[in-house]
Formats: sequence, structure tokens, C-alpha cells
Amino acid sequence: MSMLELRSVSKVYGAGAAEVRALWEVNLSVEAGAMVAVMGPSGSGKSTLLTIAGSLEDPTIGEVLVGGVALSGLSRNDKARLRRRSIGYVFQDFNLLPGLTAAENVSLPLELDGASARKARAAVMQALDELGLAERASRFPDELSGGERQRVAIARAVVGDRRLLLADEPSGALDSVNGEAVMRLMHAACKRGVAAVVVTHDAQLASWADRVVFLRDGRVTDQTMPPAGPESLLMPEQSQ
Amino acid sequence: MSVRHALLALLSEGPKYGLQLREEFEARTGEVWPLNVGQVYTTLQRLERDGLVESDGEAEDGPQRGFRITEDGAQELAGWLRTPPDLTSPPRDELVIKVLVALRLPGVDVRDVIQVHRRYLVELMQQWTHLKESEAEHDLSLALVVDAELFRLDSVIRWLDSADGRLKRAASDPAGPAGSTDPAASAGPVPIVLPRMRRRTGVRR
Repeated sequence: MSMLELRSVSKVYGAGAAEVRALWEVNLSVEAGAMVAVMGPSGSGKSTLLTIAGSLEDPTIGEVLVGGVALSGLSRNDKARLRRRSIGYVFQDFNLLPGLTAAENVSLPLELDGASARKARAAVMQALDELGLAERASRFPDELSGGERQRVAIARAVVGDRRLLLADEPSGALDSVNGEAVMRLMHAACKRGVAAVVVTHDAQLASWADRVVFLRDGRVTDQTMPPAGPESLLMPEQSQ
Repeated sequence: MSVRHALLALLSEGPKYGLQLREEFEARTGEVWPLNVGQVYTTLQRLERDGLVESDGEAEDGPQRGFRITEDGAQELAGWLRTPPDLTSPPRDELVIKVLVALRLPGVDVRDVIQVHRRYLVELMQQWTHLKESEAEHDLSLALVVDAELFRLDSVIRWLDSADGRLKRAASDPAGPAGSTDPAASAGPVPIVLPRMRRRTGVRR
């Protein structure tokens, strides 16, 4: 099942001579359990694509479906509920609230959605435990390392029954070892059935995805074919 | 990497047989570098000829013949470990040449050419990352080998990205520095450009 679908989505800012086509006739479908990376240089429309996919912004033309539901048919409140329940966001700068502990940050979307404190607490501890953060649950963000903060952000993005994970340069501020750890966690979430979209200019990050879509000047220009098995890398010729 | 020095490194741990060397070589390189037995014995013969290893003189060539490193071999290994590999090769990378050729061929969109190579490199990186994800978490040697390959491919993609950006700027600002490629284009086909690069390289070296 397609968890996210963009159908001929365009986003245009301004008009006349000042018109900017941030996105132009973009089609994208992400199945449950798949990770798709969107690669492109600055200004190619990556972040716009992500905000439209996450219903934070409306397309000028075209349709966005999350879990088969067209966003254009939803009220503002319905969209907010969809964002709280179904969509998790991971940002480069973590976006954790400094006055809340790790557990409270992760719990926030559940509590905003009306979950009981006991139910929220259980879900939060499970998410933190899966990310190796159970011992750090009562720490504040400034008491955590960069890698730990990003893991808290991922826990917040996947807690509850989120089915769509949207990430904007999720390991941008981390070193390569911590960046790899973040991608392993996102990959693990996909194996549990979550659909993920990662926008990045970093090929090492994008290479974790099942499919890489290339964006240039607001248009999808290309995409990778499904990767061959790693055995093709181990050809005897390499011993020459 | 040199098979010769890898075998010396393995023998520095103690005497070993040829087959044993082959198995340990493959294990230490994360099994991404298959080595045939013939290659192992040929290399061992050359090492023995050069006085860097000794063998059990009585035994015939074959699996029962043991090898050990000599004092000269240990010195050779220590020197090799600290000798930087040759990274000063002139800029005649095939991909760079393809992009330079595309830049001057009429009717060819060089940014499309760049994208073809970018996609191929990302697909290769996906394969390496898949290998790392599935097998390298508990295999340090393999993780190091895969990382090296990922960083190498990543650096090529970064160059393509940089070239792409430079071409975009040149297209929107023909009078800028990148626009100065025009005289070269009008001066003739690619062979004019490449000898000029060789001369520059020659001066540097």
C-alpha cells in the first residue's frame, strides 16, 4: 500500500516575472516499509517537497495522499490530527524543546493527541528503549550528546502508531558514526512497516534508501533502479 | 593495497602455510578481496627470492610448505606501513575527461551526462551500504573496507555536484569566470584542452 503519494504536485510562489516554481509536476509514491531518499542541491525543492508531504503547506496544483487519504479533502483540524497521529518529523537541528526531558519531548505528540499519561508513558519508554535511551529518559536536551538528541528526535517521530516518517537532513549535524546510527534506526523503523522520506544532499545518507529520487529545479529528473545484491561488488576481478 | 605486503603482515604474526595465508588474507580484508591460491604461491616465491621470507627448504611446493618472515622482510613491512600511497597522479580521471568532453560537444547536455554518472555512483553506494547494513555491523574489517569505498564514491559525487553547480552558475552568468571556457570551446575540440592539462601537471611534478 502506498503510504504517501504525490500526484502532479506543483508549488508556485509569487506571480508574473517574480514567479518561482519551487516544485513542478512532481509524482512520488512511497510504499509502507520503504525508504525513499530525495537528493538535490540547495534550492532544488527538497524541503518544499517535504513540507507539502507532511501537510505543513498546501500544493498550488496537484494532490497529496497520506495513507490513501487525500489531504485536500481534510479540514484544518483533521490535518492537524493526521500530523499528530500518522506523521513523524526529524529535522537536522533536532527541534527538541529545551525545557522538557527526553521522555517528555517524546511524549508530547501523544499527550497533545489526548492519550492518557499512563498509555503515553508506556509507549514513550518502549520507543526510548528501542533506541538505547531508556537510561537517559529523564535528562534534558542540553545534558545529551548530539547523537543522543537526534535519537530522541527519532523516538518522538516514531512513537505511537506513526506510519510516515519525514526527515530533513537527519544526520546533518552529526559525525559519520552517529549519522550511520541514525540511518540504522530509521531503517529499522521501515522494517517495522513505516514509510520514510529522507531529503538530503548527502549521498552517504541517501544510499541507505531503497530508492533515490533526484530533484533539480523543482522537477524529478531521475531515480535509481533497485540495487543489485552486494555479491555483484565482490567480483574476482578486484583481486587483480 | 599490495598482496606482497599483506602476506608479510600475516607472516609477522608467526610462520604459516600458503592456504592458511589465503584464508586469513580474505578474512582480514572483510572477504571483499578474493585471492586465488596461485597468486599466493607466486607472491611467496618472489618474497623468498628477495630474501623477505624463508620456507621449509625440504618440503616441495604445496600445502605442507611453511613460510616465515625474515629480518629484512620485517623491515620492508615497517617501511611500507609508513610510506604514503601515491595520491599525486595527474588529473586524467576518466570521469573528469568525459565531463570535459561533454562540455564541448554540440547537442550534449553536460548536466544530463553528470546525472547519469551521479545515479550510477549512488546505485553503487546503495549496494555497499546494503552490504554494510546486512553484514558489517559485527565485522570490523568489512566495515572499514565498505566505509573506504563509500567515502571514495561520495567524493566523486561531491565533485559532480560541484561541477553541476559551477555549470549552472556559468549558464546564468556567461561573463563570469566559468564563462571563460567559451574561448576554449571555440578554439577546437577536446584534444586541445587535454594537452594543456598535461603541461600544467608536468610543471607541478
